[in-house]
Amino acid sequence: MSGLVSAGPVSSGLVSCGRFAFNARMQNTGSPAAGSAQALEALLLAVGRERDRAAFAALFGHFAPRLKTYLRRQGCDAGGAEELVQEVMLLVWRRAETYDPTQASASTWVFTIARNKRIDVLRREQRPEIDPDDPALVPDPVETADHKVETQETNGRLRAALKELPPEQAELLRMAYFEDKPHSVISAEQGIPLGTVKSRLRLAMERLRKALRDAV
Amino acid sequence: MTVPSHHPGDTLLIDYAGGALGEAASLIVATHLALCPCCRLNVAEMEAVGGALLDEIEPDEIDPSCLDAVLARLDEHPPMPRAARPVRPAKPVETPLLPEPLRRYIGDDLNALRWKTLMPGMACVDIPTGDSARARLMRLRGGVGPPHHTHDGLELTLVLDGGFTDELGQFARGDLAVGDDSVRHRPVADPEGCLCLAVVDGRLNLTGALGRFLNPFIRF
Repeated sequence: MSGLVSAGPVSSGLVSCGRFAFNARMQNTGSPAAGSAQALEALLLAVGRERDRAAFAALFGHFAPRLKTYLRRQGCDAGGAEELVQEVMLLVWRRAETYDPTQASASTWVFTIARNKRIDVLRREQRPEIDPDDPALVPDPVETADHKVETQETNGRLRAALKELPPEQAELLRMAYFEDKPHSVISAEQGIPLGTVKSRLRLAMERLRKALRDAV
Repeated sequence: MTVPSHHPGDTLLIDYAGGALGEAASLIVATHLALCPCCRLNVAEMEAVGGALLDEIEPDEIDPSCLDAVLARLDEHPPMPRAARPVRPAKPVETPLLPEPLRRYIGDDLNALRWKTLMPGMACVDIPTGDSARARLMRLRGGVGPPHHTHDGLELTLVLDGGFTDELGQFARGDLAVGDDSVRHRPVADPEGCLCLAVVDGRLNLTGALGRFLNPFIRF
């Protein structure tokens, strides 16, 4: 992931603090090669099945620097972020055997662990989630029960679609995922009408969903 | 089994999937997810977006000692061994009325809860969560509705049993009503009554004389 292109202007013109210059750079960063998602999945499975420490170190090499950026954007200082990165990676080690590649990519799985850990540590809140074994759960309809959200193919299309999002949509999407601010707060802080925030997020999600669903 | 026809919508689901939503609002969204396969798929896709965004993020420098520190801890026992999931009967005699994750917060025995009466035909149970928004289980007798009100923030209402009707339509089990400050509404419980989970993020404004009178009692 070297050779970053120089930061372009922030085209959405929402704000002009350093954080957003960073954002613009991020869009120009090349995404991992197509094989990379597969490679990460293989590493995670090796950790889960064989407690493979070398595979774990390789996962750490990929995820730890990214998790650190993620946690710093959530408000951690550098030291606090590294401590929390360690906690997240320990959870990856301990829970790797529960990883199911038919449910999510390795990156998605790690993202959900990091998200829940930072809600727990930084916000001191619980993360309410469904219980897949709950008898009260309304099951998936038969025709979609085996539907796989992420495959190698949809992953590639999703990453391409992310790169092609209009900057003002990409900007808000990253804020929603990385800054622990619900869309109503983003609207108030950025001075963008709530309706505009919602429609940009909706449009972004429609494009990404199309990329994920237009398989076959 | 019918599926809900009123949903949280993309923006709330993105906030849930990304983790920006507070605990109370997450509780109501996740309880809706238990009843709505379609929104579960949406959230799975939004989490995939989170994974893709994490991959694309610009990596920060990590102190080399950080990996050593983690490797040294791999054999540590987890602080609390994860409790085994309680064994449930393969075919439950009866489907619990309250789905997870709500059941984890308040159990499934409505009669064991401490109900307080807000007005004739309307009672509630406060559900403690870790954030400032308020979550309540509400029970309304048929034909009863809270006074006219608007919101400074966001009001989410999830029907668990029975139903209600307001300006936006009819709401039954699994349906989630989203009210914000643009909505001045008056929901009325359907004849069979209504059990719902309500979360208010931001102060509820009551309008009208009765509202002002009741304000100290049911203000969120």
